[in-house]
Amino acid sequence: MIEFSEAFGIAFSLLISLDQELVEIVMLSLSVSLAAVLIAIIVGMPLGAALAIFAFPGRRFVIVGLNSLMGLPPVVVGLVVYILLSRSGPLGVLGLLFTPTAMIIAQVILVMPIIAALTRQVVEELWAEYEEQLRSLGATPWQALPTLLWDGRYSLVTAMLAGFGRAIAEVGAVMIVGGNIDHVTRVMTTAIALEVSKGDLALALGLGGVLIFLSIGVNALAYLINKPALLRNPINKPALFRSPIKESVK
Amino acid sequence: MKRFSPIGLLLSLSFFLLTSLAHGEGYITLASTTSTQNSGLFAHVLPQFKEASGIEVRVVAVGTGQALRLARNGDADVLLVHHRPSEERFVADNYGVDRQDVMYNDFLIVGPAEDSASIQGMSDAVAALKKLAVKSAVFVSRGDDSGTHKKELGLWKVAAVEPGADAGAWYRETGSGMGATLNTASAMNAYALVDRGTWLSFKNKGSLEVMVEGDPRLFNPYGVILVNPDKHPHIKVTEGRRFIEWLTSQSGQEAIAAFRIDGEPLFYPNKL
Amino acid sequence: MTDQSILPLELRAVNFEVQGKRLIKDVSCTFEKSLRSIIIGPNGAGKSLFLRLCHGLLKPVSGQVLWQGGCDHDIARKQGMVFQRPVMLRRTVRANVDYALSIRGEARGRREAITDEVLQRTGLSRFADSAAHSLSFGEQQRLALARVWALKPQILFLDEPTASLDPPATHLVEQIIEAIHVAGTRIVMTTHDLGQARRIADEVLFMHRGRLLEHAPAEKFFDEPQNDHAQAFLRGDLLWWHRKHPLHKPGSSKEIFQ
Repeated sequence: MIEFSEAFGIAFSLLISLDQELVEIVMLSLSVSLAAVLIAIIVGMPLGAALAIFAFPGRRFVIVGLNSLMGLPPVVVGLVVYILLSRSGPLGVLGLLFTPTAMIIAQVILVMPIIAALTRQVVEELWAEYEEQLRSLGATPWQALPTLLWDGRYSLVTAMLAGFGRAIAEVGAVMIVGGNIDHVTRVMTTAIALEVSKGDLALALGLGGVLIFLSIGVNALAYLINKPALLRNPINKPALFRSPIKESVK
Repeated sequence: MKRFSPIGLLLSLSFFLLTSLAHGEGYITLASTTSTQNSGLFAHVLPQFKEASGIEVRVVAVGTGQALRLARNGDADVLLVHHRPSEERFVADNYGVDRQDVMYNDFLIVGPAEDSASIQGMSDAVAALKKLAVKSAVFVSRGDDSGTHKKELGLWKVAAVEPGADAGAWYRETGSGMGATLNTASAMNAYALVDRGTWLSFKNKGSLEVMVEGDPRLFNPYGVILVNPDKHPHIKVTEGRRFIEWLTSQSGQEAIAAFRIDGEPLFYPNKL
Repeated sequence: MTDQSILPLELRAVNFEVQGKRLIKDVSCTFEKSLRSIIIGPNGAGKSLFLRLCHGLLKPVSGQVLWQGGCDHDIARKQGMVFQRPVMLRRTVRANVDYALSIRGEARGRREAITDEVLQRTGLSRFADSAAHSLSFGEQQRLALARVWALKPQILFLDEPTASLDPPATHLVEQIIEAIHVAGTRIVMTTHDLGQARRIADEVLFMHRGRLLEHAPAEKFFDEPQNDHAQAFLRGDLLWWHRKHPLHKPGSSKEIFQ
């Protein structure tokens, strides 16, 4: 198909030439999504871990509710945030509409349930394994919380990447609250949407390729950072390369 | 173990907050339509205004209905759309002041090259639409309450056709912007109503060609309105007025006239 | 660690239930200082539950678990427990011991010194910087002992610590338990290995179907058990209990495999 080959060529030349506008858009996409993920981690991870450890009335409903929030449609979130931030809305005085800040807010709402729900899952499983031992050692649940988060870090990295993926790829929320304003709130996804509406499908695909490249880059970086630690812990090595567990004395 | 530097993020986050706050002065928000944006007019004209006045114009391009709503909510300072009845109602309801004509162009009926309904070359838009209905030729409508959509519905009314009754059969409503609708028409080899600005700059025409043009009923005027500062005290009145003045002044109108694609102008200024 | 002794530990008429089923029935006993107590009994007798009730991991439905003086929090810190399967954090051997000490609020310098000492005493020094999960089962169990030893508990509960280990590993573990005892910790251990019980016990508690049926000094118990079930157990007849056939008669294979 003509468009795919054309798109590939465009993506390539865009990347090589480091087109000024493209760089601007990419930096904005990364800033907004990474900031949103960071906030979601700071708030969502302890929340998810606490949900895993502490029992309270209605816990099951909260878990079901949290899991359901993972499926929030981005365009609906965008609409709600718009209504809140609009000048005619309750938070209008802040003047945040059509700024990157508004986009970060919308994406935090989208990403936090994912991070919290996945953290809860990981921590719950670890807690089942560790609870008796940790309580025996005298650890309070509050002391156990950071321990569980740290010990589950490999699985939690995946949760973070899932959150990042959701943020960098969504267009519905940032389009409404950001307004896709040139040089101000235009990110990769809204730029792609714009090019599609202009009929420039090849350019849109090309930008899409750049976006996918970006995502691969972030994931590869995360993997490389984890890699030395991963290999050091033999539990993560494929069974073929593990030495047989011996019951005898060493 | 650091997955990414939190310091670096904090810095870039604060940088962005600062820059968005730093833009506190020196810009206005213009609510306009996707068709105007997609034509490329703003990219051509607005930098000239910035040079002349130092004021940045931030364009939020959405459907006509949404642009009106944004302006009504006070989320924009100036409104630029192309549906006269809606504009007049906006001012009558006291949401806007100082409505002025800016420019105009026209609508076109476009369709597939094979033209199964044989309307190419006709200059009577209403008669052409009647023919489409009779032949049940596939027609893609925006269906989104935009200026274009309302114009289209007005034409159907004059043609005494109720396309809604045949929705899904030959009349397809996409509920989306001009670009998406054209993409759909191109893919389906169907007929559609489109404004000249979008048409000339559209890059995915496929086998679509101009079928009907020149009917005075296809006239498409654009109006600019300042959002009423009495309703929304935070509106940037001075800068907004400055922009409207410039747009309707000699320099602004000349800038509009100078915007062409392949030598063809997309918009005709009112005041020249 | 602190001066005040939390022993003797007294249990008064302790009962424990799960979903309406009473699993520990009316158990009363006292643990005096400086002995090694072994709790034996067939599978399902409630030995593990009993340990957890003593240690405070489970709360009795009725009855009391009374320690000598002090509040609950203080008391928890003076006990330790080793489980049948060692639970290690996904960190190095050294970090696991260090973690237990940091929970207790020890300063870093002290933590390092104590960690090195216990690792040396349990023969694990050369694994200090290996991942804890890369150790064999027996080594991990020794690490569990090292970790709990670092906390210098006054009483140590052990739930069948050598159940999954082979003889050489078992021997090493028993040596460590002995060393811990000599250093001043009271030992309360469950086992289903009668040989181990004979080796270690100063006193024996025999449990069956949730009841404490006999509590006597080791020699007396092994030479002249008073209780019927205890006698059957020592003979090797009482492997497990079944509602319908509480006592398996010797030679009746039909009943044994009900």
